Amino acid sequence: MTTVAYITARGLFGRRRVLLLLPLPLLLVGLAALCRSYNVNPADWGVPVLTALGLAVVLPVTALIVGTGVLGSEVDDGTIVHILTKPMPRSNIILAKLGVAVGVTAVTAAVPLFIAGTMADSVRLGLALAAGAAIGACAYTAFFLMLSLLTRRPVLLGLVYILVWEGLLGRFVSGTRVLSIEQYVIAISDKIAPTDLLTGRVSLPVAIVMSSIFVIGGTLLAIDRLRSFSMAGETS
Amino acid sequence: MSTLELQNVSRWYGNVVAVNDISLNLGPGVTGLLGPNGAGKTTVLHMMAGFLNPSRGTVTIDGKPTWRNPAVYRDLGLVNEREAVHGFLTAYEFVLASAKMHKLPDAPGAARRALELVEMTDAQDRRIETYSKGMRQRTRVAAALVHAPQVLLLDEPFNGMDPRQRMHMMTLLHSLGDQGHTILFSSHILEEVEQVSGTVQVIVAGRLAASGDYRKIRRLMTNRPHVFAVQSSDDRQLAVALIGETSVSGVEIANTGLTVRAADYGSFTRALPRIALDRGIRLRKLLPSDESLESVFSYLLEA
Repeated sequence: MTTVAYITARGLFGRRRVLLLLPLPLLLVGLAALCRSYNVNPADWGVPVLTALGLAVVLPVTALIVGTGVLGSEVDDGTIVHILTKPMPRSNIILAKLGVAVGVTAVTAAVPLFIAGTMADSVRLGLALAAGAAIGACAYTAFFLMLSLLTRRPVLLGLVYILVWEGLLGRFVSGTRVLSIEQYVIAISDKIAPTDLLTGRVSLPVAIVMSSIFVIGGTLLAIDRLRSFSMAGETS
Repeated sequence: MSTLELQNVSRWYGNVVAVNDISLNLGPGVTGLLGPNGAGKTTVLHMMAGFLNPSRGTVTIDGKPTWRNPAVYRDLGLVNEREAVHGFLTAYEFVLASAKMHKLPDAPGAARRALELVEMTDAQDRRIETYSKGMRQRTRVAAALVHAPQVLLLDEPFNGMDPRQRMHMMTLLHSLGDQGHTILFSSHILEEVEQVSGTVQVIVAGRLAASGDYRKIRRLMTNRPHVFAVQSSDDRQLAVALIGETSVSGVEIANTGLTVRAADYGSFTRALPRIALDRGIRLRKLLPSDESLESVFSYLLEA
């Protein structure tokens, strides 16, 4: 683990904000377990729990908390300067932070999705959801990490993307789905484990290509923005 | 030995000009960066440190630009004013992280030496969030010094330090300057600058108002009479003689001695011993009383 990744991980787990990661996965697994224990037909609870809660809320919100937390908090409190005054390529800094963010998001979202998917249908569906969540974790965190360097309100903009773009427009305006990471995750998971519980609305090639664009584009833009990181002369 | 150079540097935000056409060269030694609040000191420091792109002009260290050039941090250390440290780390972990990010061959040894320099060894294993402001500041200085940079920039480095820590930091900056490091520090407390450095860069309203040894700067202000406090064996007779001198523009007599205003520093200091000798007057005290940094600074602000 690099020094930057070590500091990032210590910072992430040392903040109270990390406690926000716990309730949503617990809710997901709890609801799945509850439905399973009452023998509710998976066709009735699978879509709302796995897709509407797991893929539309747990995964992106976790990625938002982690993706903006690994860099945005350091930008806000100024500690990023400690790392930036080192003769390191800015790509090393972004890749280290992205690595931590992807790892934490993937584990936090993929594990409960795997458990819920297994309860709903099969281990194969669980694995498909976990794989989709891992890919989604890469795309979401790269996107939110980039937002932390593009705007002073990355959390607000991230929420707008999740709630308005994916949650609202994604349901009614079919064209917006091409730019929806949630749709890529559903399409990929659906392809790995085809069931009635998941309905992909974009094709697999689109999902793969667009996920790659989010990951690569977000990362490159973040590296470039970090190279031009400015401090305002606000003091005197 | 490194040279920090600003060539015709300006920085503006929209219609507001924060820094206006500043050119300066900083070589080895300690230099104070002075200016009233809002003068542009921090903007200049940020441009020097590569954290702000000049709107016009160039900022270089040994010919290499500081903007978008991380390699420059091999020779540059920065302690900015914002008190930002990773509070969850101990001072040792914080400075060690700096040493590792600099890829120093003996990072633990370098970290220990840097903490020793700022007298933080005893508290090095406590988390930084438990420190006082002064201890945090010293920890940040240690992190900036861990790779022994040729150029060290410090924005208000004495903030939060108690008098003993302040003295220690001043001694440290002095010794680094004497060793050939280029040190620039900003401060709004003139006594601090006066004690640490005779060389100043004064910024007023975004412009470089003066540059160099402040005593020499004072002597160049020929439009302002130099004020001297003089005590002698016969103040009144000396006053009569001095008022006839062309280099003297005014004399005040008080119980404690004379206050003499001289239009020309050189002529007056040459004439005074001669006058005293001719009249058999014994000079007991001769002090330039407006050669302090505070006087020079206030004259520059009024100009």
